[in-house]
Amino acid sequence: MTFALEILLSVLLVVGGIFGLTGSYGLIRLKDRMQRLHAPTKASTIGVGTALIASMLHGLMIGTGFSWQEVLVMIFIFVTAPITANYLSKVHLHSRHYGDALPKTGVSRDWATFDRTTEGAEPMLPSRDS
Amino acid sequence: MITYALGLAMVCFGLGLILNLWRLAIGPTVADRVLALDTMVVNVIAIIVLFGIQTGQGINFEAAMLFALTGFVGTVAFCKYLLRGSVIE
Repeated sequence: MTFALEILLSVLLVVGGIFGLTGSYGLIRLKDRMQRLHAPTKASTIGVGTALIASMLHGLMIGTGFSWQEVLVMIFIFVTAPITANYLSKVHLHSRHYGDALPKTGVSRDWATFDRTTEGAEPMLPSRDS
Repeated sequence: MITYALGLAMVCFGLGLILNLWRLAIGPTVADRVLALDTMVVNVIAIIVLFGIQTGQGINFEAAMLFALTGFVGTVAFCKYLLRGSVIE
């Protein structure tokens, strides 16, 4: 039982390390900015995820008990990774690097992040000099 | 056997940190540097967790959690500044 758990832990650690290295290598290797945004998601999901699962299993194996910090770190990383990716892709889009190279939306209006009409939602806030 | 796997994983994440540092140095735009910094935070979290496995102490996981929180807030604040010109409007 312990030997099987040890093999499982080693496999998890090796897979996580290889995925982390692949994500960071893709950050160097890929040409386009949007492609570069794609690569580190592998490191942040599978790399850190397998390391945290291995940490939880190791805590159970050596007898210190289950700890909730790993679960919290995993939940937090999995929740915040799409938000940071969304913000970074918005920065890429608004830097006007693409121009005509952007893919078409397929409908009559432009991409939603270029909408001008959303600024009308602001006056609901109280004004600062009142 | 876990010792060798742990060493291999730590070496992999350390090499990843060096590659991220390279992208941080040569990155053509500011957005590339922000992305490299975000990936560095993820790699450092992984290294802290692996170090916690190696030493067997629970204090490292709180450090990893703090790193996750501050890294996310820093990245979002930087992107917000690049998009809108101010962090809190």
